[in-house]
Amino acid sequence: MSAALCDDGIVTEQAGRLQAAWDVLDTVLDPEVPALSVRDLGIVRDVLPDGAGLEIVLTPTYSGCPATEVIERDVLAAIEHASLGPAKVTLRRAPAWTTDWISAEGKRKLFEYGIAPPGPVLAGGVVPIRFARRRQAGERLACPQCGSLQTERLSAFGSTACKSLYRCMACKEPFEHFKPI
Amino acid sequence: MQASIRLERDPAVQYLLRIGDTCLILGQRLAEWCGHAPILEEDIALTNMALDLVGQARALLTHAGRIEGQGHDEDQLAFLRDERNYFNVTMVELPRGDFAFTVLRNAMVATLLKLLWERLADSNDAELAAIAGKAVKEARYHQQHAADWVVRLGDGTAESRRRTEGALKQLWLYTAEWFESDPIDEQARASGLGPRWAELREPWQAEMAAILDDATLAMPADCAFRSTGRSGLHSEHMGYILTTMQHLQRSFPGGVW
Repeated sequence: MSAALCDDGIVTEQAGRLQAAWDVLDTVLDPEVPALSVRDLGIVRDVLPDGAGLEIVLTPTYSGCPATEVIERDVLAAIEHASLGPAKVTLRRAPAWTTDWISAEGKRKLFEYGIAPPGPVLAGGVVPIRFARRRQAGERLACPQCGSLQTERLSAFGSTACKSLYRCMACKEPFEHFKPI
Repeated sequence: MQASIRLERDPAVQYLLRIGDTCLILGQRLAEWCGHAPILEEDIALTNMALDLVGQARALLTHAGRIEGQGHDEDQLAFLRDERNYFNVTMVELPRGDFAFTVLRNAMVATLLKLLWERLADSNDAELAAIAGKAVKEARYHQQHAADWVVRLGDGTAESRRRTEGALKQLWLYTAEWFESDPIDEQARASGLGPRWAELREPWQAEMAAILDDATLAMPADCAFRSTGRSGLHSEHMGYILTTMQHLQRSFPGGVW
């Protein structure tokens, strides 16, 4: 009887600690897109008990993203600061991260921050090869400043691995787009 | 001066390094464009692709080091191997050339890597499959971007066409090596690690034909020349690129920032 109570106590305490860790991860921001938390970005795949500590499972966004190591450090520091440590981070590569994992809340935050959020990734990741044709009506992005659809891509690559560069012909402002992958 | 490490000659390690070294050396070549590309957007594009390629190389070198089992990490493998222990295809070590040469090489290599990653996503080596699952998305984007430029330049002005045709003639010589089978490939296929690259020849040629057709360029004929980078025998350009890439770790062993 008392053993069962005790087990329940441990389970409840553990659940509380895991929930507390998820809450802390809500406050850890992506260093390159500080509008989003690492949870909004969908890269936190799991929080697991690890003895007296915690194991945080992250899935990296791009193979060469230099922010990955900074995020690992920030996550560890935040968990430790909240007295939930000792923590360790493990990287889980499969399944590969996709922008479909960015939460609806995350996409809203991106738009408000001035970055056009990614649309859904096409099934099977199939990207038709089409050359040098830029303005296809169905693919026009809404400008995050004024909402106009009179936008065009300026550059396939942008200031970070995850973004491309656009401009709005209505309000004349440039803006970034989080590429769907 | 830091001495070189020696690799255990293991076919699985060499199979992984052929891909990892191809990514690494092309990444190094593309990084040379930083600050030199004809327009700012392409400066950013080339260095972004370099970043993806170096990231892919890091994952593969780390994995190769683990399989080799001699305690070599990604940095030791990148900075302390001699030329003949590098197994990248010869094409990626050729000097960067002009913009036409650069984008055409990118289109050719990205097409190859995309096809390779697609197959490797089904590897029975779970780590390799995971690396491939991520990298294939990046390679698709690289292929799209590079092929876009091949079309613009090939079907562009007289000068852009002249340069692209020249680059095509030169680069084509270095593609035959990719699709030669050898015991390393056979072993990888037998063990389920990955495909023989020869199996990619047909789909590669079909995708290149589509790109070249849009660019109004004719696909060159096959030739007898075979480069041998995948076996560790490189062109005269390899030593120079390694010298640049490895200088800091050779002169200041273990240096970090």
